[in-house]
Amino acid sequence: MSAIFAEAFAQIKNDIESNDVVLYMKGTPMFPQCGFSAAVVQVLAQLGVTFKGVNILEDDMIRSAIKEFSHWPTLPQLYVKGEFVGGCDIVREMFANGELQQLMKDKGVPSSN
Amino acid sequence: MSPSETYYQRIERKLTAALAPLSLTIVDDSHRHAGHADRIAALKDAGNPTHGHAPTDGLGETHFTVTIVSDHFAGQSRVARQRMVYDLLQDELRERIHALALKTLTGEEANAAR
Repeated sequence: MSAIFAEAFAQIKNDIESNDVVLYMKGTPMFPQCGFSAAVVQVLAQLGVTFKGVNILEDDMIRSAIKEFSHWPTLPQLYVKGEFVGGCDIVREMFANGELQQLMKDKGVPSSN
Repeated sequence: MSPSETYYQRIERKLTAALAPLSLTIVDDSHRHAGHADRIAALKDAGNPTHGHAPTDGLGETHFTVTIVSDHFAGQSRVARQRMVYDLLQDELRERIHALALKTLTGEEANAAR
């Protein structure tokens, strides 16, 4: 880990440990600023899970750090119970075949749908 | 790499060499995102950051969709498979490519989906 990212890494760690579901995205859940982020927001809305959206456009340090933290070069990025699930392709694929619903259930994440 | 090699060709060359794909489909979706240029210019005019978007120079090759069938993916999770591809294309992602939609299948999975 680069020392320069220490603070950002600590913040990411805290966010993903204190929230069941965290989405690192471009824009906000209300106003996504990228089609791929919007697609994941839509999946989470359909699942009916509560999540924290982190708008990386507002924080350059987090934006760079999350890519290193996850060893994943693109956004959005979904975390469930502190574990990296994937980006848009993976989330959509898992939702389509029911794996994401199962993952939420297995991890004890409350869902309204 | 030859100076005239396109990003499309670089993706093809690197993935072919490393993953011996049974099938490889690369689609340049950049034209579908060409409208970004106007929005980014508008953001800039409004004093907002351009959020580090890919080059909007009209040359394309910023957004790709890649479907790759390779037995190198056998026994690997979805995340691990995509990391394999991302790692192979890290230069291209850093230099220019803004979005890379990936579908990663083993030969067996591709046959089952057929």
